[in-house]
Amino acid sequence: MATDIIIHDKKDNVGVVVIEKITPKQDCACWIMEDDSSTNIQSVDEIPLGHKIAMVDLKKGDTILKYGHDIGKVVKSIKKGEHVHVHNVKTKKW
Amino acid sequence: MEIPKSFLGYKRENGRTGTRNHVIILPVDDISNACAEAVANNIKGTIALPHSYGRLQFGADLELHFRTMIGTGCNPNVAAVIVIGIEPKWTKKIVDGIAKTGKPVEGFHIERTGDIGTTMKASKKAQEFVMWASEKQREECPLSDLWISVKCGESDTTSGLAANPTVGNLMDKLEPLGVHLCFGETSELTGAEQVCATRGATKEASEKFMKTWSSYNDFILKEATDDLSESQPTAGNIAGGLTTIEEKAFGNFQKIGNCKFIDVLEPAEEPTKGKGLYFMDTSSAAAECVTLQAAAGFNIHLFPTGQGNIVGNPIEPVVKLTANPLTVKGMGEHIDCDVSKILSREMNLSEAGDELIKTTLRVANGRLTCAEALGHKEFVMTKLYRSA
Repeated sequence: MATDIIIHDKKDNVGVVVIEKITPKQDCACWIMEDDSSTNIQSVDEIPLGHKIAMVDLKKGDTILKYGHDIGKVVKSIKKGEHVHVHNVKTKKW
Repeated sequence: MEIPKSFLGYKRENGRTGTRNHVIILPVDDISNACAEAVANNIKGTIALPHSYGRLQFGADLELHFRTMIGTGCNPNVAAVIVIGIEPKWTKKIVDGIAKTGKPVEGFHIERTGDIGTTMKASKKAQEFVMWASEKQREECPLSDLWISVKCGESDTTSGLAANPTVGNLMDKLEPLGVHLCFGETSELTGAEQVCATRGATKEASEKFMKTWSSYNDFILKEATDDLSESQPTAGNIAGGLTTIEEKAFGNFQKIGNCKFIDVLEPAEEPTKGKGLYFMDTSSAAAECVTLQAAAGFNIHLFPTGQGNIVGNPIEPVVKLTANPLTVKGMGEHIDCDVSKILSREMNLSEAGDELIKTTLRVANGRLTCAEALGHKEFVMTKLYRSA
């Protein structure tokens, strides 16, 4: 089956869109690289290639995990299937 | 895939091997650019390396200037060098540094002679050098003569998913064969610095890395007037889906595969601990970083990109790869190796690594890179602080 979303690590709470875009309410096939497993998710937003989708509900202050590591904090709550980017996630570093 | 044991390179007087056979006209300082460019215009087959600095610098910044100038002349991709400066003392210092390799080098200074007289004298010598160099032939050289530097640019999430891990796969396959490898981009490891530190081959290397990263990070925090949005990640990174410096850093870090770094180098410092992977303290700006790596003696560069960075270097060929199908489609003339099929899972990482090894060897053997064919010759000196 074609892959719409790739997830680096089983611990990750976001996935990356690898087709040109996903549309709202699309049933997406996800591939988890770490253990070569599969999962599914229904999108809420339109999300372009390379951008991230929330795999679970996230609330303000939560940590985004990608590559199994902390890549920043949630600054505005995010629902499962929504677009995750600079409008709702910020660095913890600078 | 069975990895070839050799490639065709130019053997140099000091035992190093070049993948290119350039005769360069190297200005010592900004005001000697015009003369250097006039010589390169007169004598076909030579290239001038104009840049913006070289006057009134002092301390560590001046040392870096000399190390970059001398290192560029010493790079084995360079057959011979004409050095042109405004005054004799710094010109001679650079000539003497390059002469240690045994390659032909001659210096000219402009004071008391002027641009026109200096251009004439230097052109005569440049003609002699380029005609001598034109007779050099490529010879079979062991794969271990490759010194490969890496740096990514205009990254997006496809870089961390596929293009950077492809470079990592190449490193995992070539490191046991005795090549020299180098990664840098100190500031772009921010967020992944603790994980990167664990990849030091020795406790000393790990500690040196943390010290280097902390010093760079302190400098950024001191100078920052906002949260660095639009600088790190860049607008291009953000358009490509990268949200934070931490995310960029973990993607960046995929370039070294499972290798461990044996030492931490100063900017433009030549590695001296033998084969293996080195970390160099560099800016994350593409042209600055590649210029420093070339000055340390690296003879071929691998550059994964997401949104499509187009950088080249005058002496070190820059091989571009991308996993972003939109970048391949929109700006394919910049891409030497397309690994976008990783995203559609029509290609696995090991197959992509093999493709990159094949492309790297073709370029090492003389195939022009896209950046070379398009005339990209970005030579950018790193300046540490204001001049005196």
